[in-house]
Amino acid sequence: MNAAETPFEFVTVSYLTRIGNQSAGTLAELLTGLEHCSDASIFHHTFQTLGSHHFLTEGFSNDFAQWVLADTNRNDLAEQLAALDIRDYVSIAALRSDLCRVVGEYCAAFPHLATQAALERFYFCESVEVTAPLGRSARTLDEFQDAIAHLSHAGFYFHFISSRLRLQLRTNDFSHWLGNSLGLGTLADSVNHIDIYTNTLDSSRAKLLRLIDRERRKA
Amino acid sequence: MSETLALNRIPLDDYAELLGAGEIEELRALAKPLHGRSIEMINSTAIGGGVAEILNRLVPLAEELELNIKWDVMTGGEDFFDVTKSFHNALHGAPYHSSPRDFEIFLAYNERNRATLPLDAEFMVIHDPQPAALIDARKPGANHWVWRCHIDLSHPNRAVWDFLEKFVSRYDGAMFSSPEFSRQLPIPQYLFYPAIDPLSEKNQELQRDFIAEVLARYGIDPQRAILTQISRFDRLKDPVGVIRAYRIVKRYFDCQLVLAGGSASDDPEGAVVLKEVLREANNDPDIKILELPAWAPLEVNALQRASTVVIQKSLREGFGLTVSEALWKKKPVVASAVGGIPIQVIHKHTGLLAHSVEGTAYQIRFLLSHPEIAAKLGEHGHHHVKENFLITQKLKRYLTLFLTLARAA
Repeated sequence: MNAAETPFEFVTVSYLTRIGNQSAGTLAELLTGLEHCSDASIFHHTFQTLGSHHFLTEGFSNDFAQWVLADTNRNDLAEQLAALDIRDYVSIAALRSDLCRVVGEYCAAFPHLATQAALERFYFCESVEVTAPLGRSARTLDEFQDAIAHLSHAGFYFHFISSRLRLQLRTNDFSHWLGNSLGLGTLADSVNHIDIYTNTLDSSRAKLLRLIDRERRKA
Repeated sequence: MSETLALNRIPLDDYAELLGAGEIEELRALAKPLHGRSIEMINSTAIGGGVAEILNRLVPLAEELELNIKWDVMTGGEDFFDVTKSFHNALHGAPYHSSPRDFEIFLAYNERNRATLPLDAEFMVIHDPQPAALIDARKPGANHWVWRCHIDLSHPNRAVWDFLEKFVSRYDGAMFSSPEFSRQLPIPQYLFYPAIDPLSEKNQELQRDFIAEVLARYGIDPQRAILTQISRFDRLKDPVGVIRAYRIVKRYFDCQLVLAGGSASDDPEGAVVLKEVLREANNDPDIKILELPAWAPLEVNALQRASTVVIQKSLREGFGLTVSEALWKKKPVVASAVGGIPIQVIHKHTGLLAHSVEGTAYQIRFLLSHPEIAAKLGEHGHHHVKENFLITQKLKRYLTLFLTLARAA
């Protein structure tokens, strides 16, 4: 079995939620908040929320879409916001730009709705990230599979979802290592195609383990 | 004299079966850089109330992670606790006429406790307004001080908040249960959810026989739908509104209503509300009004587990941990969109929110008509609690806070 020169080092992450000073009671205020909030806030309400709500696989995408749906009852705008897929973004700036564009266009098209009061306010928060090494590493596919099976939700999220921003590539830590360190490009590609919106962290992990099993049977 | 509490050991590995070994390994990894570092938690009571309940479990679990943690309780006379009770209500928005004497009493007891409490840990966590002025003991640059506020400060009495704010602003950070409860402050503010313990008597798994026995004891029919609200007899929990919602549901579904709370015997206002509830119930044999002795945790657990739908129709709410308790038991919940409830009940995902008696009744009818949707909401609710509102998650949040404070220093 192939052994990688560079081992995969498993890490976990924990987030502290910092309460921001901005809130929104209308769609127009949401737009202002999106334009001015910190990058850590955009991350919190999109990338991080997907991890902490991973068990919702039907219709939950990000906090902005959920608020627009539940508190302003604008299903059409909620749908557009929910359709923004974080896998398409390697920078927060690009994601913010699209969030602003979608809300801005809606407010311009329906100015009477832009200032209607929501049922509850939206509070902008931001994520403060702390990482910790788990003391596990893998050089072979066997070791990698074993470590994945024992990884916490947060550790799995860190390597599989938030890593996209860190790597600045349209991939994740697992695929990156499988492709570049073990030379398993096809497996890396299949792993990168696991849908994080329609799978929970547990079912994503189960799919990843099945893909590794299949790869091992080929060897 | 102040008191350092000695607590029984709670093995962290007991949680591995429920949460997975990976989650426990993660707690140990996060705690590693904090091994041996000192933490002091300070509040104003060792028994009773949500804060003491949480610290009773949190402190032994932190010890399991090799943190040098202790829990000290400040002391005060009856006059101090009368003042702090008034402050508590005023901060919640109740009417209050400030008197200079009240502030003097508050400061005098804080000063007395500064002389007896160690206050020298690397991380000082001060809970709620009572010990807030202990910050006067802080030596510049010596250690980190954070203030954990468990109450809703969204509409505080101006005079009381202006007085407290002078102390709070000198901490390194403040933690609130909801963004809505926070204030504009010059220090970082963090979101810290209250938590339930899955292994406590109120939340542990129960034998079916025990649940059946509890239902039989109170004359509740397990074959028919059971709607339940667990809360003390308080107007802010709107028990009368719950009965009105039940009557609307009853037109379409054969169901029973259980209203269970603590005994009203030592609470004059509770006794008045209980009378109002009994009057509204009007001897309906399908309405069970239960006064449980000291909240009888195993019985509350059994009632929640036996319920078809759990209701929390509060008019105002702090966080409302009874919602998390029900969700942990995979129960579909219909609750008011107030206080910390919308954090727990994500509408149409982990439960249903309502804003009126009629809305509450409609959502209950919807769930009774669609048991498969009710089951799915309950399942999602369970996962939501597992990810966010368990004592182990709270511990993780504290570890993250301490690491963040240490990093910033």
